[in-house]
Amino acid sequence: METDASTMKPTAERVLHVSGLNKSYRRKGAGWQRTDVVIAASEVEFEIFSGQTLALVGSSGSGKSTVARCVTRLEKPDSGQIWLEGTDIAQLDSRDLRPLRPRAQMVFQDAATSLNPRFSAADVIEEPLLIRGQSDKSARRARAKELMQEVGLSPQWADRSAMDFSGGQRQRLAIARALALKPKLLVLDEALSGLDLSTEAQIANLLLDLQSAHFLAYLLISHDLALVARLADTIAVMAKGRIVEQGPTSQVIAKPGHPETRALCASTHAAQESLTALGVTP
Amino acid sequence: MPGFSEYPRVLRGTSVIFVWLQQPAFVVNLCTAMKFPAEPYNESGIFVDQLSVTYEVNGGQTIRALDRASIEIRPAEFIGIFGESGSGKSTLAATFVRLLPQNARYEHGSIQFRGRNLLAIPESELRRIRGAKIALIPQDPALALNPVITVGDQIAEVLRAHVRMPAKERRARVEELLVEVGFDQSQRIYSAYPHQLSGGQRQRIVIAQAMACRPAVVIADEPTSKLDASLQAEILALMREISRRHRAAFVLISHNPAVLAGSVDRIVVMYAGRIVEEGRTEDIFRRPLHPYTQALLRLTSRYLPATRPRIRFQAIDGEPPDLTARGVGCPFAARCPERMQVCTERDVYETTPHPFQRVSCFKYGN
Repeated sequence: METDASTMKPTAERVLHVSGLNKSYRRKGAGWQRTDVVIAASEVEFEIFSGQTLALVGSSGSGKSTVARCVTRLEKPDSGQIWLEGTDIAQLDSRDLRPLRPRAQMVFQDAATSLNPRFSAADVIEEPLLIRGQSDKSARRARAKELMQEVGLSPQWADRSAMDFSGGQRQRLAIARALALKPKLLVLDEALSGLDLSTEAQIANLLLDLQSAHFLAYLLISHDLALVARLADTIAVMAKGRIVEQGPTSQVIAKPGHPETRALCASTHAAQESLTALGVTP
Repeated sequence: MPGFSEYPRVLRGTSVIFVWLQQPAFVVNLCTAMKFPAEPYNESGIFVDQLSVTYEVNGGQTIRALDRASIEIRPAEFIGIFGESGSGKSTLAATFVRLLPQNARYEHGSIQFRGRNLLAIPESELRRIRGAKIALIPQDPALALNPVITVGDQIAEVLRAHVRMPAKERRARVEELLVEVGFDQSQRIYSAYPHQLSGGQRQRIVIAQAMACRPAVVIADEPTSKLDASLQAEILALMREISRRHRAAFVLISHNPAVLAGSVDRIVVMYAGRIVEEGRTEDIFRRPLHPYTQALLRLTSRYLPATRPRIRFQAIDGEPPDLTARGVGCPFAARCPERMQVCTERDVYETTPHPFQRVSCFKYGN
């Protein structure tokens, strides 16, 4: 599986393969209440190839974020395998995980809270490099500026505080940080939610461009079926911790098989109807 | 009972009958209404005239959040204000009830409501209008509701602040309001705490709060952005129905054109503190005039089923302008695909190229 994609013409290789993933949380009630177990992920199975996008969609509480957190090993799954470029990371301890962590990076929903407000833009991007032992300060700064350029931020803003950027610019910054360690997989946990329409379009285009430039694999977590249909090659629908439907995007959208998928489709129908009535065409 | 006593005693009773005749849906509530004649419906609008608002931020800089914005909210209409973040739409919402933060300054203009300028009246007088005549539906009901008071008492609180009435009647009135916003078991809901309700139910509670004193104008700032799409439609339909039944004007503020498309009669488009276009919903969607509106509407196709994956979005390049350094010219000029030389040379004025549709763009005269 281990091939150097940068030197040869990239062919789609399997970046991530999740198999039989289980994760449950114990929810402790107040003293007199019994502790109950919430099954957040149950026998989850999917794979993502380089240059491809898999969208994990579902309503809130369906377990999609749990899967994202297991894949990036922010959580340790109860059982199952997570093959990241041929290595099963599901049960590795933090020391063994360390060299593997750069391979999968995460972009969070709210860039405002996932960036350190005391950091400058360059600090934000340089931090992962620093942690990975890149000690040459000027090289770090140069890489940070290069990344800023790549995500559409002016390198002149390197010294601006992360908080002085607009919502869309912050999300660009978060993407630059995630790219700093040259990952193979980006986990985008609702990374497009809560953005303005015009910002959302810009970030979506950026993600499409970065994907084709670096042959990145995306795991896109979202509750917005209409949006992911424009970005993902494959859609997996989650409900109550299980993947209830999975298939090529066009197929899932055209013929939703599971009631949960139909419910997600239906939730956008009201908007679709009123827009179509006003003459908006795809 | 502010406003109530302005009407002669005989009218108080007849207003109930008048309402009943007009609104068959009210028959159910007639009994409670008899005991407590609601304030007669008073349709009134608001006229925002050339309003400019600035914020003082640290370092002595000023941000021009609203720049000579004029809007007429007509009585009993359902109007939408569209704007992206930083467009000034939330500032505009807050000015209707004069609830701007300390660092805000009204630079210019007025807000006319029933012959008074809301920006000039004393706070004591404003308090009788705010919440009673002009109500606000907050964005996030989870934050707006007090977690340790039952939702019924929180609705009653609005009535207690504005109308003098016996506690028993107040309770009956609150239950009536709960039924009106779609709860079946109003008694059970009355004594529920916010955390026991779902997001959609909490949204209904804040709507009931807003409607408690039968306001003439209701301002709803992103009322559905925290709800998922299926619930959104339900809440919008509820607001629409309430607006019609009570002849109250609703101002729906949103950053989502799809939300506005299906609900409002008229749309005001804001950009960088300015009103760039206004017109009937149909006209705006079928014949957008401003290049910004046109670009935005191309993006709304993303709510429709995709024809194939990986289509690049027709994004609008660039970022909204820096509001601290406002120069002359059209604020959209830097991003506009149809920019002309004149766009950055002088300020743009509003024109009305079509009846009922006004726009601020050099393409249409000036």
